Amino acid sequence: MPEPARPGAALVTGGARGIGAAIVRRLAADGWPVGIGYHSGAAAAEALVAEVEAAGGRAVALGGDIAAPETLEGHFGTLEERYGPVLVLVNNAGVNADNLSPQIKDEDWTRVIDTNLTAAFRATRRAIPPMLRARHGRVVNISSVVGLRANPGQANYAASKAGMIGMTKTIAAEVARRGVTVNAVAPGFIASDMTAALPAELLAHIPARRMGTPEEVAAVVRFLASDEASYVTGATFTVDGGISA
Amino acid sequence: MATATPEAVEARVVEALASFGPDADQVTRDATFEELDIDSLDLVELAQIVEDDYGVELKGDDMKSLKTVGDAIDLVVARAQ
Repeated sequence: MPEPARPGAALVTGGARGIGAAIVRRLAADGWPVGIGYHSGAAAAEALVAEVEAAGGRAVALGGDIAAPETLEGHFGTLEERYGPVLVLVNNAGVNADNLSPQIKDEDWTRVIDTNLTAAFRATRRAIPPMLRARHGRVVNISSVVGLRANPGQANYAASKAGMIGMTKTIAAEVARRGVTVNAVAPGFIASDMTAALPAELLAHIPARRMGTPEEVAAVVRFLASDEASYVTGATFTVDGGISA
Repeated sequence: MATATPEAVEARVVEALASFGPDADQVTRDATFEELDIDSLDLVELAQIVEDDYGVELKGDDMKSLKTVGDAIDLVVARAQ
């Protein structure tokens, strides 16, 4: 197991399953101690901790609703106490509550924005000052191709994911000269719990003619989190089999 | 956590500000951040340093009213009491 170039930790929100779990595995394999944020997937989070540890890595499961500010503070406090500052933050936690716009209730709008966008902002705000002091930091926001192009039935989700891209660009410009990068990754259709219910005909619209895997998204995140990505900031990377091309 | 005596805070703030670019001998109490080319991001980092060292939390509104090195030192000392 390699040691990261500097002491610190990674935090992956929504890290117990799907894309988040694949990111956890990659970052842990690069030597980062990883905080695995989860809300409902306690068993999956604990199993992933055990898997990472069995492979010689370090991880800790961090439970709670990410939309609650105290949850985030607890995650950061635990990681800082155990491993040092959070130098890699992956804002991956996301929910959807799909409906055509006239049918989206206020609570479904608010819940999606709060979890996907506001929590990502709060986590980034909390992470950046220690990154500035360390003269190093990596924030990766997991957006979506739905933040770039239309997907009827997901106005709330699209707004949250497009919001992440705007936030990514501006925060990236604010902190770039301190060695802190902020980027977004916009996955297309990735095989996961969230896309399990999608119809098979959808594949005909994807140039690659298949769904992506969580590992294919995690590979890009791993690069953006690495020292090699030091001049990459404010960018959005689609990982979508060409669907937004 | 360090004790926030005025002398200790002054030395720490001057050291921190000098690390952002200006020569340490330019960083006097009367020097303005504008003169020193210390910008808002530098002040965010300064806030994190005094929080780590003295447990003093400075918010955005606190920072916006600071004009000189002395203003920053006095604010940290006052908050640490």
